[in-house]
Amino acid sequence: MSAPLLDIRDLSIAFRQAGEETQVVHGVSFRLEKGRTLALVGESGSGKSITALSIVRLLTPAARHPTGEILFNGRDLLQADADQLRGVRGKAVTMVFQEPMTSLNPLHRIERQIGEILKLHGMRGEEAVRARVIELLAEVGIPDPAGRLQSYPHQLSGGQRQRVMIAMALANRPDLLIADEPTTALDVTVQAQILKLLKELQSRLGMAMLFITHDLGIVRRIADDVCVMQKGRIVEAGPTADIFAAPKHPYTRALLAAEPKGEAPAADANAKTIVEADNLRVWFPVKAGLLRKTVSHIKAVDGISLTVREGQTVGVVGESGSGKTTLGLAILRLIRSEGPIAYLGQRIDGLGSKAMRPLRRDMQIVFQDPYGSLSPRMSVAEIVAEGLGVQGVGKSYAERRDIVASALVDVGLDPAAMDRYPHEFSGGQRQRIAIARAMALNPRFVVLDEPTSALDMSVQAQIVDLLRDLQQRHGLAYLFISHDLKVVRALATDLVVMRHGKVIEAGDARAIFAAPKDDYTRALFAAAFRIEAAGGEIVAQ
Amino acid sequence: MTQSILTAGDSAPHAPDLPRGGFIELSPINQRRLDNFRANKRGYWSFIVFIILFTASLFAEFIANERPILVSYKNELLVPVFRDYPEEKFGGFLAHTDYRDPVIQKEIEANGWMIWPPIRYSYKTHNLDLPRPAPSPPTWLLTPDECARAAARKIGPDKPHRGCADIEWNWLGTDDQGRDVAARLIYGFRISILFGLTLAIVSSVVGIFAGAVQGYFGGRIDLVSQRFIEIWSSLPHLYLLIIISSIITPSFFVLLGILLLFSWVSLVHVVRAEFLRARNFEYVNAARALGLSNPRIMWRHVLPNAMVATLTFLPFILNGSITTLTSLDFLGFGLPPGSPSLGEMLLQGKSNLQAPWLGLTGFAVIAFMLSLLVFIGEAVRDAFDPRKTFA
Repeated sequence: MSAPLLDIRDLSIAFRQAGEETQVVHGVSFRLEKGRTLALVGESGSGKSITALSIVRLLTPAARHPTGEILFNGRDLLQADADQLRGVRGKAVTMVFQEPMTSLNPLHRIERQIGEILKLHGMRGEEAVRARVIELLAEVGIPDPAGRLQSYPHQLSGGQRQRVMIAMALANRPDLLIADEPTTALDVTVQAQILKLLKELQSRLGMAMLFITHDLGIVRRIADDVCVMQKGRIVEAGPTADIFAAPKHPYTRALLAAEPKGEAPAADANAKTIVEADNLRVWFPVKAGLLRKTVSHIKAVDGISLTVREGQTVGVVGESGSGKTTLGLAILRLIRSEGPIAYLGQRIDGLGSKAMRPLRRDMQIVFQDPYGSLSPRMSVAEIVAEGLGVQGVGKSYAERRDIVASALVDVGLDPAAMDRYPHEFSGGQRQRIAIARAMALNPRFVVLDEPTSALDMSVQAQIVDLLRDLQQRHGLAYLFISHDLKVVRALATDLVVMRHGKVIEAGDARAIFAAPKDDYTRALFAAAFRIEAAGGEIVAQ
Repeated sequence: MTQSILTAGDSAPHAPDLPRGGFIELSPINQRRLDNFRANKRGYWSFIVFIILFTASLFAEFIANERPILVSYKNELLVPVFRDYPEEKFGGFLAHTDYRDPVIQKEIEANGWMIWPPIRYSYKTHNLDLPRPAPSPPTWLLTPDECARAAARKIGPDKPHRGCADIEWNWLGTDDQGRDVAARLIYGFRISILFGLTLAIVSSVVGIFAGAVQGYFGGRIDLVSQRFIEIWSSLPHLYLLIIISSIITPSFFVLLGILLLFSWVSLVHVVRAEFLRARNFEYVNAARALGLSNPRIMWRHVLPNAMVATLTFLPFILNGSITTLTSLDFLGFGLPPGSPSLGEMLLQGKSNLQAPWLGLTGFAVIAFMLSLLVFIGEAVRDAFDPRKTFA
């Protein structure tokens, strides 16, 4: 065997911050042969992204490499000067980033963005560049590539943007493609397509790929070898099949076991109805002209009916833009909607904000982002106690603090930490605080708006267990909104599949998971559970 | 992160005792901001110097006054600095006592003692015994001959005198009405700062309120108010101020009200932008879901975001307010005649070019005060800079 394409030996990375140096990557070594795919797996903060960034030396000046070398084609990139690095970047080594929404310059047309890379690395002639750009766009599966040359990034969908990013990365036929969570920001069906495309292109062009992800399902599908990273160290490495068959390190085993488990309780049509909505509509007017006449509507939620029963969970699934979050906000009367909504048989859709206030105690919401949903300027006790004060629960502040303490214990947090501020907690702990805030009021109905999607896989499983436990103990009714079908399967008794504001399929969750009737539902399930791009016509590009 | 989920069977948990911090407990982020502020040496020292000067000027009556601070007269303790004693008390017949009158001074010295402030003039005291016609230069610029004549007038023509050492000093000279410049400076500094502070705080409160309502509710309220502010702020302020103050006799509070009409606009845009940004934050939505009323959400959840921008602007608004007052005084449309004001001192400097100490003193004090405030403002801005806060 010849020398490997990329050979990283004993690489360490440290950051200087306020005069102190913190080492975040400790002596990482791995090698990548031509034409192979290596996956770096780990949870957020494990150092996988900065390891990849340091290959092309894209880290901030505050970063330092105390030890190690990065041999690319036998040359140490850590010793290379700026000119040599520029020759490597974008030509021999290219990158695809996570966020296709922000990795393209919004002010430049597609042709210019891809053409720039070609020109930078020595291609001449307007016509030749244009022809090559069209060729590349066709290669990554953009329909009508010649017509798309003049498009701006905002005119493309997320999946198409990621395809353009890949076209840019492939423009100079790199030896190594670094893909940093390239599908995390995409919908499951699009994710499956992009992975398929990457795999095809890799085998056709014979390049090496370094794939960074936190999703083990993707790793199993795409990678030849795996390195599992934890806290800046590689804890286990080897061929994918071996690692999945017989994980040796406890952390790898924990990661593999981290998928949300457990069965949702069976649907019970006789349970008491808590919330009912009938033909619910949320239409945003589109106004045009001088007099701002309403010319049409964006139908975010278009005629949805659902019933949430005591102790049961209605799962709402769909891709981004399908209107599922809007639906949740509408049911809680946090945005304007049309159509009857009933809480315990009482119509609430016409109530003003004052009349709604006492009902807010019974109807709570947990948001997706535990970093955004907690005010950074309030202590945990203040955050959780705020609703209690407004709703008049607990006579004195001391009494409310006791309620806060029991709510924190309820969600598995130490009440002694209640006077600390949110930034001192991890993502999973913050989400527990957000849940405690909702649960402190003793609600009967809780809308869970993607409560697990901002969390690491192993934490997701814990939160799902916690939610199920709380539901069983308090007989809560959940409206569980998620794009993550694995999480929904673990919780939902009933399922609503949404697309473009309409219901595609609805009914008993087990029945739908076992035998989806609609083509779109089938494509969604295939992408989510097997990461397969199926039903090409039915899903968005 | 692994945590056991406790079961419901556990005994009821108890909250920890309320934390009892020190006198003022700073959150870590504010602590870091304070450290950043201290790290900016120029701003920090400007702040210290400013606070010392401002505090001192608050006690201007004890530094420069035509009345003694404390008088002991016939075994009775009197505080002329606070109370107005009729001259009767000291054997005269006027309604007010002129403590600078040599007869009264002799009478008190004979029956007790008195403690004078370091400068024995108030901002409105006319020095009737000038060595040179007003505006009279600083005493240290006088020729020995002039001093000798003044001293002779004071002590008596026949008695021996020590020249300049025997006359009452005007450290910075007098203005064209024979009033001591140093005394007027101290009172003028105080009134400028107080006026600036009041105007800055009141217009911030109004501006924050207007910006908060516009940003938080948005939509039609925002649209209408923004257009109104655009029209309002395109009115020619200074001319309007001049016209208004030529109709109404301006006093401190009238002037404050007139200036407030236009100065509240300056903060609206910043606060509105912050509220527009923050009203859709998830924790604001979460607060709505908890049933909090709009005013309460604005106060507890959104306003703290806007306060950083506001505090950053405050020193500069203070500067602007002081400058406006000074310019109005300079034009003669400001505080009522006779008030100690830096702008009026500049005006006198302009009309008495032969007396450069007037213009120079006014310029030096205004420049020094505004520079201090700008330095403080810069330090505050840097301290609140989020990139530095987390650096």
